[in-house]
Amino acid sequence: MPRRRRHPQRVPVTLLLPALLGLAFLTLPLVGLLVRAPWSTLSDQLTSTAVWEALRLSLVCATAATAVSLVLGVPLAWLLARTELPGRRVIRALVTLPLVLPPVVGGVALLLVLGRRGIVGSWLDSTFGVTLPFTTTGVVIAEAFVAMPFLVISVEGSLRAADPRYEEAAATLGASRLTAFGRVTLPLIAPGIAAGAVLAWARALGEFGATITFAGNFPGRTQTMPLAVYLAMESDPEAAIALSLVLLVVSVAVLAGLRDRWMSTP
Amino acid sequence: MSHRTTTTRRLAVAAAAALALSLGVTACGSDGGSTASGSTSSAPSGSAASPSAGGSAGGSVPKASGDITVFAAASLKETFTELGKRFEAANPGAKVTFNFGGSSSLATSINSGAPADVFAAASPATMKTVTDAGGASGQPATFVKNTLTIAVPKGNPKHITGLNGLTASGVKVALCAKEVPCGAAALTALKAAGVNLTPVTLEQDVKGALTKVELGEVDASLVYRTDVKADAGKIDGVDFPEADKAVNDYPIAALAKAPNKDGATAFVAYVQSPEAKQVLGAAGFQAP
Repeated sequence: MPRRRRHPQRVPVTLLLPALLGLAFLTLPLVGLLVRAPWSTLSDQLTSTAVWEALRLSLVCATAATAVSLVLGVPLAWLLARTELPGRRVIRALVTLPLVLPPVVGGVALLLVLGRRGIVGSWLDSTFGVTLPFTTTGVVIAEAFVAMPFLVISVEGSLRAADPRYEEAAATLGASRLTAFGRVTLPLIAPGIAAGAVLAWARALGEFGATITFAGNFPGRTQTMPLAVYLAMESDPEAAIALSLVLLVVSVAVLAGLRDRWMSTP
Repeated sequence: MSHRTTTTRRLAVAAAAALALSLGVTACGSDGGSTASGSTSSAPSGSAASPSAGGSAGGSVPKASGDITVFAAASLKETFTELGKRFEAANPGAKVTFNFGGSSSLATSINSGAPADVFAAASPATMKTVTDAGGASGQPATFVKNTLTIAVPKGNPKHITGLNGLTASGVKVALCAKEVPCGAAALTALKAAGVNLTPVTLEQDVKGALTKVELGEVDASLVYRTDVKADAGKIDGVDFPEADKAVNDYPIAALAKAPNKDGATAFVAYVQSPEAKQVLGAAGFQAP
């Protein structure tokens, strides 16, 4: 078909043009952030304790949400990939629902279930005196709710790609199912787990809607970076730009640092 | 010949890709709007829906027509919705669209070019951010005043009688963030009372603070007296003397870049009319 075979493949202009447009569309807003950044006052903006509090809280909560996702999500992915559950397709749809659900809807749902008057929340409150909304734990729960599906999908994909015969071989050699999972399956799908964890972490870091609805907004306790950016935008756009820059740098650093190592598996 | 068909097919694919992209953009836009408490959602749709079609047509008759987009403080939601209906009834051909939200985020949207005709803010300070940016047409007019009250769940289960009661242990309080007018007023009132209060959450607008009380997630919140009155079936209000120290003036202005200038002027005038004053007064707003 191609008349001349050149080493760098000739790109048809009808593909190149939309591709470049797409690239510009995705990167220009970030360039705009850099152009409009208040570089002269940036150090003042960023040395405020409120910024560091929000950033610290963001990092801690995103990491905790990822941990929760790992503990609950990996077994869930295994269940979906390796067992013949009745109604598995429905279960998978439910598990991935938070991916497409507007986060703020997730926040409302969490509030109605885990809030002080919620089905589970009222029991937690009356029995243990524990209320989850407006707490750092609430932030972690909201973030885990939206981030865990990313991990589950990634791990389930890896499990389906991994050959189950290794596990069967381990079983014939006398390993229990749990041992086979821990010693054979987990190492086999480690890259998938890591990729899913990175995705979940990045999603949790940027979480806004569910957090502000369920956990509220209070500096040092529930105000993560996205919330701080949103509130700063109402009164001090320069501060909002400065905060956004920090979040951008952290996200790029994490994705760039981990992508080649963990996410290059085809 | 065959090369030509290939090109055509390629173009079709590219067009499909472009279409998919633009659909994606629209979807993102509406999603982003809903996440940001609706403050930006009507901005893009407003630009498409409100060409100043009626602006010139209203020249001969002193009545407004066409689309009028009003950005108004969240605390004005009930009264302005009512005023909008009455205004439309009095001005056939006019259609008033509202964008209610925290005054500060509305001001930010206006300053970033949202196609609004009228801005009604819950404090002169937020209006000032628009006038300072040259966004208002003429001087803003103060049309009502509002004071704070303590919103508590029906029956006041924590027996709160004043601002001091908010600091009792086990009492959870939601306040507006200091960036929005109700939050600034709350800070002033608390300071005047010498009460040092740590809320559990700082909400983006007064309706957010109110909802948390309605849901029972907090025991009290400082909101406007008019909000409690509008929601009297679900919550009670506890008045406190220091509220007089934190009175919020509500300014309204037609905007310099209003797509429908005549409509904007007419609506601003209507909000200050005796009929509108009656509606606002009945809702608990005070005359300026």
